[in-house]
Amino acid sequence: MSFTTFQIWTVILALGLGSFLLRLSFLGLIGSRSLPEWVLRHLRYTAVAVMPGMITPMILFPAATEGAFDTVRLGAALATIAISLWTRSAVLTIFGGAAVLFALHFIIG
Amino acid sequence: MATRTFWQGVRDGTPFILVIVPFGAVFGVVATEAGLNLAETMGFSILVIAGAAQFVAVQMMVDQAPVLIVLAASLAVNLRMAMYSASLAPHLGALPWWKRGVIAYFLVDQAYAASILKYEQQPRATLHQKFAYFMGVITPVCPLWYASTWVGAVLGTAVPAGLPIDFAVPITFLALIVPMLRSAAHVVAAFVSILGVLVFAFLPFNTGLLVAALLAMAAGAEVERRMNKARAQ
Repeated sequence: MSFTTFQIWTVILALGLGSFLLRLSFLGLIGSRSLPEWVLRHLRYTAVAVMPGMITPMILFPAATEGAFDTVRLGAALATIAISLWTRSAVLTIFGGAAVLFALHFIIG
Repeated sequence: MATRTFWQGVRDGTPFILVIVPFGAVFGVVATEAGLNLAETMGFSILVIAGAAQFVAVQMMVDQAPVLIVLAASLAVNLRMAMYSASLAPHLGALPWWKRGVIAYFLVDQAYAASILKYEQQPRATLHQKFAYFMGVITPVCPLWYASTWVGAVLGTAVPAGLPIDFAVPITFLALIVPMLRSAAHVVAAFVSILGVLVFAFLPFNTGLLVAALLAMAAGAEVERRMNKARAQ
């Protein structure tokens, strides 16, 4: 790349500061003030609203296959959901999902 | 009590090592191959501490994008962090300012997901227990993020090519999301999130995820409101 050292550190420092301020934003501003019920009602769904959308493209169009649909990855994702519903344990689900992923990779991948 | 909660957090954070180590090492390799020296590569992982945004920034630098565009695109990837911050505020907002600063620095996806799940399962936990749990989760995660970046930058690629290690990320998030689907409202929100991200995939700089997330939050809140109303009648 043709970025100068100064430009590289500008990106690192500005991105670092910006990311920190985004993370601090509401925690810092709201503090211990109580929020109206309708705001809290929306915030209760933050995690289930962000994370499924974040991983959907990783499952359906993996960057590693340049976006091509991949049976191994979809199979591992479905197995992970099943293991989670069955065991109700995050640790077992992560190790179980990884085991299915590698098993499928070596059998059909 | 807070010590025990801290170790619970450490235990719950430990499986994330499966994601953090390969992801950090790959960033070290990619950044070095892009032409960054060791200090610059470590600067990204220590000062930015957000994998996806770091990859976007390095990729756009390789593509010779102007500095401001690099920053706009990679900060857009991190906008979801502001939503995490809002979601944690009712739980952690009463902490002293410096502890909120510490939380903000370490507020990575895994720490947020594990903590919010715990806070919802144990709503009567004290403020100190909630802080201790968060610090426990990041203890195995963040130091290994720095260390694996360093290993990747110094040793180059040691992971055999072709292994599907990229998929450790969705697997760990699935393990956290499924237990969160406790009510019809949560299921609707997750469904809108998935549908929304596919519909708004055309939007630049990953902003489709933000639109999808806002719609999903509104959908979840609305279903909850209607269910409460139906129950009250």
